[in-house]
Amino acid sequence: MWKWIQAFASPKNFYSISAKIIPWLLYPFIIITLVGLYWGLVIAPADYQQGESYRIMYVHVPAAWMSMFIYMVLAFSGAIGLIWQIKLANVVAKVSAPIGASFTFLALVTGAVWGKPMWGTWWVWDARLTSELILLFLYLAYMSLNNAFDNPKTAAKASSILAIVGLVNLPIIHYSVVWWNTLHQGASISSIAKIAQPAIHSDMLLPLLLMGVAFKLLYGSLMLMRARDEVLIQEQNSGWVKSLIMEKG
Amino acid sequence: MTKRQSRMMLVALLVAGVSLAGYFGAKAFSKTLLYYFSPTDVVAGKAPKGKSFRLGGLVSINSVKRDGIKVTFKVTDNANSFTIKYEGILPDLFREGQGIITTGSLVDGTFIATEVLAKHDENYMPPEVAESLKKSAEQ
Repeated sequence: MWKWIQAFASPKNFYSISAKIIPWLLYPFIIITLVGLYWGLVIAPADYQQGESYRIMYVHVPAAWMSMFIYMVLAFSGAIGLIWQIKLANVVAKVSAPIGASFTFLALVTGAVWGKPMWGTWWVWDARLTSELILLFLYLAYMSLNNAFDNPKTAAKASSILAIVGLVNLPIIHYSVVWWNTLHQGASISSIAKIAQPAIHSDMLLPLLLMGVAFKLLYGSLMLMRARDEVLIQEQNSGWVKSLIMEKG
Repeated sequence: MTKRQSRMMLVALLVAGVSLAGYFGAKAFSKTLLYYFSPTDVVAGKAPKGKSFRLGGLVSINSVKRDGIKVTFKVTDNANSFTIKYEGILPDLFREGQGIITTGSLVDGTFIATEVLAKHDENYMPPEVAESLKKSAEQ
């Protein structure tokens, strides 16, 4: 197992294996997104209070999930890069950050668009909204710190430490609606007690879960594509990249 | 200790230190992070006096009186309630029985609101389901 991981983590093997994995993520993403969006936006019933407006959650909620999930990837692969000094882990963290920042931005914007008609305001400084905004700033700080160094090794070290420090924000985001009075509503499906009796009707819940899967696949394919580019840039002087260029002309 | 182990320790210490700092930080801020006060909090004197603050609760049934864009209604937490006076546009979700958060200040026991926000809960269902839930609750 360990040997297999090390073999996969060598930039050369990663480059060839990831090319085979990407279609298995990208095409299911396209199909599941089309099904999920049609189901969520057309087939699913309107909400008893919000009418049609609630449908923005089919983008907002998966985007918010991804914003936290990708940050976790950032911190964990950062830690792996720090401890085991695996180059590929640093690459994964580096290329994931802009994707995570985009999902965070998407979650904030869709939330604001929904908040204006429903709550009566675009933005409030409650604990949930503020901690999600801090997450966006953490991503931006990570990206600028990573770009501030010429040496990829030093850049990875500094930015990984930042990513690990920022990890403390994740439980704050998740539990903000439990610990404090917030304008943002509580979680509908995240706790175990609620799986047996979800606060979202199943006709509305299934497309939401589909969209959650779709966004994960999207992240997987985007991350691998960007990681392949980054590996080529970092390894441009090594033998295997040169012979690859010779082969393809 | 090998180099790898010492790096592992370093990361573990970093995580532990930051979590501790986060815990104390959150604890210290827990009062100021409260987005609103309930009517009971206000009766207990927890809300700032003579200053603007946010009051949250449910809109009492049969309490909403409209006069053009002037609205008067009661906000309750089923223990205490306050009369709210507001002039302006109310959000879509504003209705009797709905949770709201309003900004303003207390003047002679009446809350003069400058902003009314509707709070949404975590329940999502089609209208027919809501209807049948309501019916079964009445029976």
